[in-house]
Amino acid sequence: MLELATFSLLNGVVYGLLLFMVSSGLTLIFSMMGVLNFAHASMFMLGAYCSYSIGLKVGFFPALVIAPLVVAVIGAAVERYGLRYVHRQGHVAEILFTFGLAYIIAECVIMIWGRHPIAYGVPEVIDFPAFRLFGTTYPFYKVLMMAISVGMFAFLYFCFRRTRIGLVIRAALTHPQMVAALGHDVPRIFVLVFAVGTGLAALAGVIGGFALMTEPSMAAALGPIVFVVVVVGGLGSISGAFIASMLIGIVQTFAVALDYSMLDLLRAMHVELARDSPLFEAASIRIAQTAPIIPYLLLVLMLIFRPMGILGTREA
Amino acid sequence: MSETGRASILAPSARSLLSRLAPYRLWIAAALALVALPYLPGLTGNFGRSLLSQMGIAAVFALSYNLLLGQTGLLSFGHAVYFGLGGYAAIHLMRAIGGGLPIPMPFVPLAGAATGLFFGLLFGSVTVRRAGVIFALISLGVGELVYALLRMLPAISGGEEGITANRTAGTHLLGLSLGSQLQIYYLIAFWAFVSAVLMHAFLRTPVGRMCNAVRDNAERAEFIGYDPVRVRLVVLAVAAMFAGLAGGLHALNYEIVASEAAGAGRSGAVLLMAYIGGVANFLGAILGAVTITWLQVSLSDYTTAWQLYLGLFFVLFVLFAPRGLAGLIVMHRDVARTRAFVGLLRAYAVALGPAAVMAIGAIVFIEINYRRATQPEAGPRMALLGIDMDYSTPWPWLAAIALLAIGAWLFRASLPLVASAWERATEAARTTAGGRR
Repeated sequence: MLELATFSLLNGVVYGLLLFMVSSGLTLIFSMMGVLNFAHASMFMLGAYCSYSIGLKVGFFPALVIAPLVVAVIGAAVERYGLRYVHRQGHVAEILFTFGLAYIIAECVIMIWGRHPIAYGVPEVIDFPAFRLFGTTYPFYKVLMMAISVGMFAFLYFCFRRTRIGLVIRAALTHPQMVAALGHDVPRIFVLVFAVGTGLAALAGVIGGFALMTEPSMAAALGPIVFVVVVVGGLGSISGAFIASMLIGIVQTFAVALDYSMLDLLRAMHVELARDSPLFEAASIRIAQTAPIIPYLLLVLMLIFRPMGILGTREA
Repeated sequence: MSETGRASILAPSARSLLSRLAPYRLWIAAALALVALPYLPGLTGNFGRSLLSQMGIAAVFALSYNLLLGQTGLLSFGHAVYFGLGGYAAIHLMRAIGGGLPIPMPFVPLAGAATGLFFGLLFGSVTVRRAGVIFALISLGVGELVYALLRMLPAISGGEEGITANRTAGTHLLGLSLGSQLQIYYLIAFWAFVSAVLMHAFLRTPVGRMCNAVRDNAERAEFIGYDPVRVRLVVLAVAAMFAGLAGGLHALNYEIVASEAAGAGRSGAVLLMAYIGGVANFLGAILGAVTITWLQVSLSDYTTAWQLYLGLFFVLFVLFAPRGLAGLIVMHRDVARTRAFVGLLRAYAVALGPAAVMAIGAIVFIEINYRRATQPEAGPRMALLGIDMDYSTPWPWLAAIALLAIGAWLFRASLPLVASAWERATEAARTTAGGRR
């Protein structure tokens, strides 16, 4: 039991950090531009696919750096040549634009890499056991995933809090007009933030691509969960997004690990349900099966009891 | 013979009836068109009538969606939830009828509507507290929740395979067995017509008018005594009811409902239909539903890349024609009466050539890429637009890119021509309108 709990906790933290890497970019973009970027998870997917293709040519570690940069450039182009144009038509048009873009990116991925999952296994250079716990080894690549995400956040936090450009970005978050009046190019800051946000999502895709399944539907699978993280954490709150990512990551991982159903519980209490009873099917659902709905259940509960999210200041 | 001459022959009571019907002439024309459509040449086969049936279902669904997006400004990414749940209610009722329940099949869509209404009120009580981005996010979350729940309960939903039923079972109302595609088309057309009339009437009620007020300025609506949250709840419930009815029609038409009916794909599709049709206009949703359904059916016959074309089509509309097809028609209505319209059409014709070249380049590029990535076993030789090509050689690629680039360059060059012709035409429209005044 302790073994299961420890490993689930470790895996949950890895998954939670991955979620946070994607959702922090989304939150950053949202709080700066008010744009709900539906194509954000698509950038995550692009990161995974690009790193696969680049990794085939130059190896895993160079790809780890190049792929997020490539996607960040794509993100910057999307902001500069698409969103900025559509911005004049209001927020609904912006959302619809990114929604259509997500559609197109998914189809372009099919057009380049095909419809089936690609054979993107864990690269050999990082596929070895890191340490041994309770007689079971823990793979190095998961440790690396953790290290990269934590390192990235430390770096970004430093840039945000201790550098001049970070200061300007933080000012532009709340007072864009004032920042522009002081002579800073606010549209360029937008491009920069958009590029950094999509780059973060792509980096998550690079380290998540081989852990998850790299296939054209991976963006559609991750996208809604990332939105849940952003709402549950509180719109625009990065610390809230961190707590929500961890919560969802750990709870979902534990749920997957628990292969019990109501039926087992009832059996332990010596209650037998007849097979044709209408409750039988509902009771026979295993906790592991409920894992996909947990984030959405959390979202609905949050909206009923605390609409502003965990750390949000505005009511959702 | 002139209109007045014919009218004078009619008895006075008939004349007063005619004048009373005059405001409804569009509806009457629509009803007659619905009756005549399955006998038009090209639509008499099973395929044509099935296409018409699909269009009818899509039109009800898109109209219900537009109550939210167009009329109330609520952008939903989970509207298929009500479609799917309505569909499941209908298919289970159909099974029950097959088991001996004495309800005639044509009333099955009402079960879908009731289910949609119920879930609209249930989910709406959580989702409509705020409009805008928040509502969009929450509707997405609720959509995913319901979809995942349906997948978890295969006894109710049948999972991916779905649940089947037989629509010819039970007592036959008016001798209708619903066995033929023609009969099912007329049933769908009937319900679609009734739904359209009811939705149009709903928008004329005080709460329907308040939808527009809440969309434009929720705070002011609150000041004159209407709670925006309640207005949104009412409109969501009504929209969900008609979405459920559309789901019921879907169940009758296909005799199968699978979890996909409530999925994100269908929610996205209805958004595409309503938006491309034009959200500012009541008829826009119908136009969009008909166009997109036709594109889906006809494109998917020719190419596996049709979803990409649909996505590109959608983004083009978002970027360049945010009022949709209906908006484009309205834009040209006044201009079409002026003499400068000929000049505008000529400018359009000039721009159309380069646009076509550009489109052909893009299509060749997309098609050879799709073929290479999704059907590698079919080999590099393929026929496209009647031309044999081999994508392992660089020529098709170069030709596609060249066509795209040349077309784009010429298209850009032709744009000032269109702009100035448009300027002249609108100017002419303004002066004629002014002269009339």
